[in-house]
Amino acid sequence: MSEQISYEKRQGTLYLHLPPEIDHHSSREIRDKTEEYLRESGIRRIVFDFSRTTFMDSSGIGALLGRYKRMKERGGSVAVCGVDERIRRLLRISGVDRLIPETKEA
Amino acid sequence: MSVEMESRSSNEQFARVVTAVFLSRMDPTVEELDDVKTAVSEAVTNCIIHGYEGGGGTIRLEAEIDGREATVRITDQGVGIADVKKAMEPLYTTKPSEERSGMGFSFMEAFMDELEVESKPGEGTTVTMKKRMGKEEA
Repeated sequence: MSEQISYEKRQGTLYLHLPPEIDHHSSREIRDKTEEYLRESGIRRIVFDFSRTTFMDSSGIGALLGRYKRMKERGGSVAVCGVDERIRRLLRISGVDRLIPETKEA
Repeated sequence: MSVEMESRSSNEQFARVVTAVFLSRMDPTVEELDDVKTAVSEAVTNCIIHGYEGGGGTIRLEAEIDGREATVRITDQGVGIADVKKAMEPLYTTKPSEERSGMGFSFMEAFMDELEVESKPGEGTTVTMKKRMGKEEA
């Protein structure tokens, strides 16, 4: 669960390696920890890595949209990677795929 | 199956898993089971965030199998919903500050075959969802 989220900062990009399950419980930590990192200067981009994620509900969508708005305010950007068909379907149904692009990097 | 649990976010995963285990006897596909898990997660999260507004309370989860049809019912005795139709609109949320996407009922509708929401302000909410699963009988 929450302890399985890991963070990595490389050249202005914050990589979030997301946990196997993203729900209301775990999305709160994604939000809070990301905000901590964003207080440091120099982060212009966030990449959400779903490689390990097999479950997500609309709480995860809320967390993604929250970070998207936050980065937009700062003039930055957000991307997702490691997305499987199921996660892609959730991003499509919620319309998030029109705001947050997929990238191959992780 | 009938299970009662405390209204706390750590029980969201428990609710998904116990429902999936119960319905696995229907021989569903992985995708069908994931659909139900998503819908259950949405309904239980609604009880915690909206029904009991983050406070204490009891959530009842019931599931039954009738042939190839699964029924899942999730009930709280929380604040209830004044306008169910409005609450079910995509992207509608009363808690934007908590980063709720307003997609909970939309996901339940997308992943289940039927969704019924009964609610009375001050008395609570019951969400009943049905889905046909498993292999067609020969």
